[in-house]
Amino acid sequence: MTREFRVNGGLVDRSKTLGFTFNGKAMKGHPGDTLASALIANGQKLVGRSFKYHRPRGVFTAGSEEPNALVELRDGAFTEPNTRATVTELFEGLSARSQNHRGSLEFDILSINDMLHPFLSAGFYYKTFMWPKTFWEKVYEPFIRSAAGLGRLSMQEDPDCYDKGFIHCDVLVIGAGPAGLVAARAAAESGARVVVADEDFLPGGRLNAETMEIDGSPGHAWAATAAAELASMQNVRFMNRTTVYGAYDHGIYGALERSRDHIGDSGGKPRQILWRIYSKRAVLAAGAMERPIAFGNNDRPGIMLAGAVRAYVNRFGAAPGKKVAVFTNNDDGWRTAADLAASGIDVAAVIDVKNSGHAADIPGARHIPNGKVVDTSGRKCLKSITLNTGEKIRVDCLAVSGGWNPNLHLTCHQRGRPQWNDELSAFVPGVELPAGMAVAGAARGKMTLASALADGNDAAVSQLESLGFSISAPDIPKAEDEPVNCTPFWHVGESSSRSWIDLQNDVTVKDVKLANSEGFRSVELLKRYTTLGMATDQGKTSNMAGLAILAEARGSSIPEVGTTIFRPPYTPVALGAFAGRSRGRHFRPYRLAPSHEWAKSNGAGFVTVGGWMRAQWYVQSGENGWRDSVDRETLATRNSVGICDVSTLGKIDIKGGDVGAFLDKVYSNTFSTLPVGKVRYGLMLREDGICYDDGTTARMGENHYVMTTTTANAVLVFRNLEFARQCLWPDMDVHLISITDGWAQFSVAGPNSRNLLKKVIDPDYGVSNESFPFMACGKVTVCGGVPARLFRISFSGELAYEIAVPSRYGNSMMAALMEAGREFDAIPYGTEALGVMRIEKGHVTGNELNGQTTALNIGLGKMAGVKKDYIGNVLSRRPVMVSEDAIRLMGFRPVDRSRELVAGSHFIAMGDPVDMKNDQGWMTSVAWSPHLGHSIGLGFIKRGHERKGEIVRAVSPIHGMEMDVEIVSAHFIDPQGERLRD
Amino acid sequence: MIINHPLLGPRDASEFAYLGDVGIIDRPTDWQADDSIKNFVEYGYLRDNPAGDHKELWYHEQGDRSWLVVTRNTLTHEISSVEMARDVARSRGRGK
Repeated sequence: MTREFRVNGGLVDRSKTLGFTFNGKAMKGHPGDTLASALIANGQKLVGRSFKYHRPRGVFTAGSEEPNALVELRDGAFTEPNTRATVTELFEGLSARSQNHRGSLEFDILSINDMLHPFLSAGFYYKTFMWPKTFWEKVYEPFIRSAAGLGRLSMQEDPDCYDKGFIHCDVLVIGAGPAGLVAARAAAESGARVVVADEDFLPGGRLNAETMEIDGSPGHAWAATAAAELASMQNVRFMNRTTVYGAYDHGIYGALERSRDHIGDSGGKPRQILWRIYSKRAVLAAGAMERPIAFGNNDRPGIMLAGAVRAYVNRFGAAPGKKVAVFTNNDDGWRTAADLAASGIDVAAVIDVKNSGHAADIPGARHIPNGKVVDTSGRKCLKSITLNTGEKIRVDCLAVSGGWNPNLHLTCHQRGRPQWNDELSAFVPGVELPAGMAVAGAARGKMTLASALADGNDAAVSQLESLGFSISAPDIPKAEDEPVNCTPFWHVGESSSRSWIDLQNDVTVKDVKLANSEGFRSVELLKRYTTLGMATDQGKTSNMAGLAILAEARGSSIPEVGTTIFRPPYTPVALGAFAGRSRGRHFRPYRLAPSHEWAKSNGAGFVTVGGWMRAQWYVQSGENGWRDSVDRETLATRNSVGICDVSTLGKIDIKGGDVGAFLDKVYSNTFSTLPVGKVRYGLMLREDGICYDDGTTARMGENHYVMTTTTANAVLVFRNLEFARQCLWPDMDVHLISITDGWAQFSVAGPNSRNLLKKVIDPDYGVSNESFPFMACGKVTVCGGVPARLFRISFSGELAYEIAVPSRYGNSMMAALMEAGREFDAIPYGTEALGVMRIEKGHVTGNELNGQTTALNIGLGKMAGVKKDYIGNVLSRRPVMVSEDAIRLMGFRPVDRSRELVAGSHFIAMGDPVDMKNDQGWMTSVAWSPHLGHSIGLGFIKRGHERKGEIVRAVSPIHGMEMDVEIVSAHFIDPQGERLRD
Repeated sequence: MIINHPLLGPRDASEFAYLGDVGIIDRPTDWQADDSIKNFVEYGYLRDNPAGDHKELWYHEQGDRSWLVVTRNTLTHEISSVEMARDVARSRGRGK
């Protein structure tokens, strides 16, 4: 490894070496390096190309605010684009690539854009690609998208896994710099449950980048000790590599822990963990970020923030240059010069916009008071700077400091507005903070070390007192207040070359002035017009200068111009982390029917219905496609007997003295008159008079009913029943319990259903037509004493029963029914055959109860017409709902019986043109009826009940299909219902 | 958000389902009145949309199935009171 760009000192472990590659080139670094510091130590100044002009760019910062050094990490499906090299912890074997160039990083074809810059100013795309209109989507946008933009996705599934977690605490401390560590110590020593979250892998914040002392030892050593002590305490959870990215309601914070980003192979363990932290109080000690000064060609590799240059030297022992100049408007820039000189780096000059009197501080360095940098040279690496005097100074690194901004982002997440502070020339947190949050240290504008330490303690004490803790905080550690005088200075007006404000979006001083002159004078408009402050860094280093230059152009002050506020996330969060384990098959939970195992081992395919996996059909050998199976299941059921698991229907046990009256309120028909031992079909309306749900409800005893709902609405119906019970009729004696999961229920349908059931129902119970007629229900036992409920109801139109047993017997019950049915050639059937039979019978399901149809529409107008108060009664009588012209549910068959109907077709009268005006209704459900040997359909058509026998056209423009169909009864089989009662 | 359930203490909002304005409790009782359609239309469709305190119905679906009346500031999400909806319903004159 070349030692050319390494200096002595720093917090990297030089006893170990880590190999990594950048654009395929092998390089070496040490544990404790970031990718950025390792690149700097290897002399790699050019690390990427800019977004719009493809300008060569280098590392600009040493933290999460980095706008330039975005790289692709890892290979293949593991590729992660737009990763900030400045926060990427180096590990052995890390593979990184620069992004956003066509050709190599050094020779990017698209750097032609940079020559075209006179044409590419703010709003260029809006102004240029106006016409022809159709070109936007097909030509312009795809071209612009491929030319601009940042990293590329791998387009493969992410093989890593992500997790989520929940933490509760009394005090959340955000940031483990000096203020945060003092605050956490006070909270922890006082006995509070504390979470400390810090985005860095090394706690200490700026202390790691500075040479200041606390209590007589180096700041970073004090921080290491304080962090270790905290981490060892039972009531403290110390989370490194964890960014608190959002402040949400009621003290809830979102945090992303990069638990294995720093390990080459995550070993199948979660790479990142998304934490939801429930805090009673929070202390935001997020520190501050340095801001640049804009001047001509201020974006060249080698031009960096002064604090970052200092961080690379002090923390990482990496030298960003061999000959460095400093350009500053504040005392902090001088500190960089002093630290560099102390590390033996040649400081060529300190250019100060004022005359600050630090001249004697830096031996060997020229002090240029009242100086300005107006331009620079060097394409892929800084070569020289030009001053306002015209003098050129040859340097390979320029450290720029325009002052520091408090990191107040999280204070804005509940719409808090920052306030301007003249003394600091910066925005500080406003009065309105998220509930429970206090801000401490540099984040609150306490920019010196001693004041930040004291402030951290004060914030913690006031938070703890408000929680009722008695305080036992350690003494506030001793440090000095370093000078931080700052003269507001944003950009060098003398520069004639382009002066960059937002490096990530290639926004220049000129763009901001142009936006203002074109009328985009509000900060919000400025942001959207120029893209200033957008993308992955959200303008952390650029917003302030943008506002200042807008203020200057408007002739007003910065507080008058105001600021955009910040939303979560503070730094980018991968979508994979938000998804966590909810991906693929586990996107949402699914449930297995009680006979799932039996179905699986007997050829069933499954379909998801209302969260359940239901058997769709059972394949037998020799069958060629689903229709073969479904036709066979349908015919076998109608000819002998079929069995279907219907456990997924919602089942609700209802008990109490007022259940009958309650059901009369929630159903459109009457249930109080239902005799014990009987079942009735019920239709529920919404309060607006539209059909909501249907099912059967059985009266098992005087004060005991069992309701069924559709599978899809089971949860919602239960919710609404609870609402009716608690909120509408709170004094009714009604109690509900969902028993959907408690009982396995099977439909046994077909002419042999009774013969089959006789074999499993214990002989004490009679099931003859006389003792157990159509719509009877009762408790029985099966298979020698297993408790069961028997209902004589039919969805298929055949003689049929539903039998329920406790769920744990479900799989065995299915097997027992099939075994008993062997002599009748019983078959299992799935949801498709179920659907065919209900269409043949004219029963409605979700296709017909689609949230637009009324009881009248589905042919149950008379049933619902009872004179009583029930949900939906009044509004179902609105004139428009009962018009003579209302659509009616009817059956349809093709005039040419060989043709297949298409669901979704619309009905048009013969001879009428096909348009919306002549639309008479639509086909809701179609099926091939193996019973009738042709296609049949259900559908709604205007005045259908008066039009039996009429031929209309069924038209489906999206299928390019049209056919003549005949309107018939919706009951294709057994219209009198004789089979049911047999 | 966290809802301080009167029976169960503070619970995460993700355990609840939201319905809407507390006025949904006030279902017109005279379904045979001459203006019953108008009354039910107002009941069913017309809601205030206050910027500030809003009394609203939440259902503890992933919990004890209580319906609650939560007073929430729509500007700040501050929750100033949580009551059992059944008690509120009775206080607003609902019975059998």
